[in-house]
Amino acid sequence: MATTVIDAELEQASFVGTRHKVSAHLTQNEALIFEKSSPGKKAYRLPPLDVPEVDATALLGDAAREDLGYLPELSEIEIIRHFTRLSTWNYAIDLGMYPLGSCTMKYNPRVNEMVSRLEGIAEAHPYQPESLSQGSLRIIKLLQQCLIEITGMDTITMQPAAGAHGEFTGILLTRAYHQSQGSARRKIIVPDSAHGTNPATAALCGYEVENLASNAHGMVDVARLAQLVTDETAALMLTNPSTIGVFESEIHKIAEVLHAKGALLYMDGANMNALVGKTRPGDFGVDVMHLNLHKTFSTPHGGGGPGSGPVACKKILEPFLPTPVVVEGADGMLRFDYDRPESIGRVRMFYGNFGMFVRALAYILANGPDGLRQTTEDAVLNANYIRKKLEGYYELPYPTPSMHEVVFSDRKQQARGLKTGDLAKRLIDYGFHPYTVSFPLIVPGALMIEPTESESKEELDLFIDAMQQIAREAEENPELVRGAPHSTRISKLDETTAARKPVLRWKPSA
Amino acid sequence: MRYLPKSPAERKTMLEEIGVAGINDLFASVPAEYRLERDLKIPRQMGESEIVDHFKSAAANNALGYTSFLGAGAYRHYKPVVIDALVQRGEFLTSYTPYQAEITQGTLQAIFEFQTMICELTGMEVANASMYDGSTGAAEAVMMAVRVTGRSEALVAKTVHPEYREVLTTYAQHQGISKGLLGYGEDGRVDLKELEAALTERTACVLVQSPNFFGVVEDIPAIAEIVHKKGALLIVSIAEAISLGAVRPPKEADIVSLEAQSFGVAMSYGGPYCGVMAAKEKYLRQMPGRLCGETKDKRGRRGFVLTLSTREQHIRREKATSNICTNQALVALMATIFMTVYGKEGIRELALHNLAKADYAAKKISAGNDAKLLFNTAPHFHEFVLQTGTNPEELNAQLLEQKIIGGLPLGRWYPELSHATLWCATELTTKEQIDHAASVVAQAAVAAPDMVRA
Repeated sequence: MATTVIDAELEQASFVGTRHKVSAHLTQNEALIFEKSSPGKKAYRLPPLDVPEVDATALLGDAAREDLGYLPELSEIEIIRHFTRLSTWNYAIDLGMYPLGSCTMKYNPRVNEMVSRLEGIAEAHPYQPESLSQGSLRIIKLLQQCLIEITGMDTITMQPAAGAHGEFTGILLTRAYHQSQGSARRKIIVPDSAHGTNPATAALCGYEVENLASNAHGMVDVARLAQLVTDETAALMLTNPSTIGVFESEIHKIAEVLHAKGALLYMDGANMNALVGKTRPGDFGVDVMHLNLHKTFSTPHGGGGPGSGPVACKKILEPFLPTPVVVEGADGMLRFDYDRPESIGRVRMFYGNFGMFVRALAYILANGPDGLRQTTEDAVLNANYIRKKLEGYYELPYPTPSMHEVVFSDRKQQARGLKTGDLAKRLIDYGFHPYTVSFPLIVPGALMIEPTESESKEELDLFIDAMQQIAREAEENPELVRGAPHSTRISKLDETTAARKPVLRWKPSA
Repeated sequence: MRYLPKSPAERKTMLEEIGVAGINDLFASVPAEYRLERDLKIPRQMGESEIVDHFKSAAANNALGYTSFLGAGAYRHYKPVVIDALVQRGEFLTSYTPYQAEITQGTLQAIFEFQTMICELTGMEVANASMYDGSTGAAEAVMMAVRVTGRSEALVAKTVHPEYREVLTTYAQHQGISKGLLGYGEDGRVDLKELEAALTERTACVLVQSPNFFGVVEDIPAIAEIVHKKGALLIVSIAEAISLGAVRPPKEADIVSLEAQSFGVAMSYGGPYCGVMAAKEKYLRQMPGRLCGETKDKRGRRGFVLTLSTREQHIRREKATSNICTNQALVALMATIFMTVYGKEGIRELALHNLAKADYAAKKISAGNDAKLLFNTAPHFHEFVLQTGTNPEELNAQLLEQKIIGGLPLGRWYPELSHATLWCATELTTKEQIDHAASVVAQAAVAAPDMVRA
C-alpha cells in the first residue's frame, strides 16, 4: 500500500505542464513463469495414441532423457494471464506513435496477419513438390516483380532473413562480381553516419572498412570520396536518404565517382519509406541494395523480429544470386533453379522468411501505386511538420531539408545538464515511445525522429506538445527530466550491474 | 487509402504550416531527372476482401488435403491455440526491440523466460534471445568457436542438414575458415575413427547434428571426448527441438545451436523460424546476438534489460561478434508459450508420441519386400531412411496419386543414397495415414518394372 501512495504523490509532483495523451493506470504484477509453476498442473492434453506405446529407454538406450529440469507446469488460464499481463507492460504501435528514427514503426495491417495464417500458406512444407507449391511460388514471384519495379532494379533474391543479413548477401554479391572481373578488391567505404551493421557486414565479408567523414551538411563529401576511391575499392555502402533523413542530392556524382573506378554503389534500404513511388534507386545509380520488409512494407517488428531483407540488384550481379532462384517454365509453371554455378551459395536454408513475403505483398496490394505514393508523401509531410513545430525548441544541427525523419541535437538542453537520453526517457511520461537516441554518431546528442505515415495530425500535435513541454521543463525543472521516467512500472534500471554480473536465466532459490 | 489517417484538408493545413506550396516541394532535394513522374507498375489498390481472395486462391494452389511424411528441418506439429491468441496481441506484435526497458518489460521478461527454458532443455548454461534460424545459427556458432579457440579449421559432419552446410560454406569462405567433412558409418552416425583421425591442433570445432539429418541420434558423449582431447570445441546443432523431450541433452557440447520451429511455429514454406544459440558460460562474451539480463531499478524492483551489448554491431561496428541486429523475437515468444503450454511433462509426452508414431511408421512402411530401413542399428527420433528398389521419384509419384507426399529423396545431396528417402512421422500422423502409405509403398514395388534389389 505504501508504494501506491508514493506513486500517486509522485504523479502529482511530476509535471510542470499537463499530459494530454495519458493518465495513470494500474497494471498487474506478475512473477516469472517458473515461480508460478507447480508440479502436476497441465495446459495440454494429447489424443490417445493410435499406435503401440514405446519404451523410450529401449529405443534410445543411453541417449534417453530422464528429466526436463525446471520447465514450468501451469494451467491454460494462468498462461493466458501470464503473457497477457506481460504484454500490458509493453509500449506498441497499436497504442500510439512510435517515432524511432531509422526503424519505420508504421501500422502493421491485420489483414496481413490473417492471410499469412491461411492453412494452405501457413502449413506449406518447404520441400513439398513444386507442382503442389504453385501458390507459394506465385506469391514470391509477384512480390519480386513489385519490389523490382519499386526499386528500379533488374532482379532480386528473397533469401536474407533481415536487413543485416541482406547487407551480408549484397556485399557477397559485390565480392563475387569483382572476383569475376579478376580481383575481389580489398576495401569497402562506409560513411561515419552509417548504421553499425554496415561496417560489421563489410568485416564479415572479409573487407577492410574505410571510414568516410561526412561534410558540413552531414552528407557524403564527394570530393573526399573521389580521393578515397581506388581500384581496391569494392563498394560504398550508402544509406539514402542518409541517417539524418536527408536525400543525397549529389547521388549521381557519387555513383559516377564509384563507377569510374569500377566500384559499386550499395544502398542500405533502411530509409526506403522516403522514396517508394517518388524515386527509384535503380534510376539514380545504385547497383545493389537491401530492403527491410519489416520497415517499409509493414511486416510487424514483433519485439525485434522476424524481419526479412530481400536484396535487389542490377543485371551484372544476377549470376551470383544465392541458390535457388525462382524461374518460370515454358508451361507457365514456377520452379526453383538450383543450377547456378556462379552463385555465392546459400545464405539461409529454404527460401527466406516466406511468411513475411505474404504480409509485404498484402500491404502492396492494399496500397497500389497511388497508395504507396501517398504513403511516402505522408511520411515526409509528417517529419517536416514535426521539424517545423520543434525547430525553435531543439537545435537542428543540419538545416538541410528533411525527408521522412528529422534529427535534432540536445545542445540547448545540455546547458541544463540534460542529454538526449534524459529527454527521451521523459517522453515516456507523456505517453510516447522515445525517438532514436544518440544516433547517427555524427550528431552529438542526436534525437532522431521518424513519425512514419501512420500518424494522424492529432497524434502528431500531441507529440509536438509533449516535446515542447519537455523543452520547457528542461529550463524550469531539469531534475524532473533527469529522473524520468516517473510513471512506469519500474524506473531506470541498473544496466551497469546487469553487464558486470550477468544474470541471464532464472534459477531456483537454494 | 485506408491505412493513412489524414483528410485532404489536414494535409493542406500541415503543408501551410510547414510553409510550402505543395507536397512536391518537400521532395525538391531529389534531382529532377530521378523523380518518378508516373505510377509504379504494380497491381492496383485492392479492397480487403479482394486481398483475402487473392491469398485464398494462392493457398488453394498449394498442397491442401495431402498427407505428408516430410521433415528434414521443417516439422509439422500441433500448435496450441493460445499461442496465436497471445502473439497477436498488439503489445507483442507491434513493439520494437526492447531497448527502452521501462516500457518493454513484457518482451524482456518473456525473453528471459525463453533463455531459461532453452538452458533447461539443452543442458547449456547461457542462451541468447534468438538467431535467424538453425542454419545461420550453426554458421554463427562455428565463427564463435573460431574466435574462442583462435584456430581456423572446422570439421563438419556429412549428417548435418545439407542446407545448413551450404550456409556455413557461404559464411566461412571469407573468414579464413577451412572446412573438413566427416563421413558417416553403417549406422548413419558420425564415423568416430574418421573423426579422431581428422582432428588436429588446428581444429577449432566439430559441428554435428543430433538427431542428425537421417533422424539418427549421435553418440554425443563419445564425440565430445574425442573432440575435447584435441582442445577443439563441440557444436551440436538440433533441428528438431521436440527431440529434447526424449533424447538426453548434449551437455558435453560447448555450443548448442537449436532450431525451435517445432515449438509452435508454422512451417510457412520455410520461414520465419527461430534459431537460438546456447553455450557454456565461459564463452558468453564471444556469443553473437541479443541477451536479456536481470537487474534492479532505482527502488530495488526486479527488471530486465538487454545487456552485454558491447559485443554487438551498434557499439563495436566492424569489430562486433556478428552483424546480426533484428532477430526472431516474436517467433521466440511463440516457442516460449509452446514450452509453457506443454511444460515439463508435456514436452516429454509429446516426444514419446513422436517416437511411437515414427517407430510404427518405420516398421510398417519398410515391411514390403522391396523396402528396407537404413541406419536402423542406432537410435532414431522421428525420422528414418527408407531404401527402396523402386526409384524415389517413381515411388513418390505413386504416393501422390493417393494424395500422400512421401519421404524426401536423398540422392540430391547424397549420390550414394539415390534409392533412399527420408521419412518423418509426428504426433499428428495417424495410424490410418501410415497404413495407407505403407500399402502404396508395398504395391509400388510390384508395379515397378525395373526393380533393383536394395
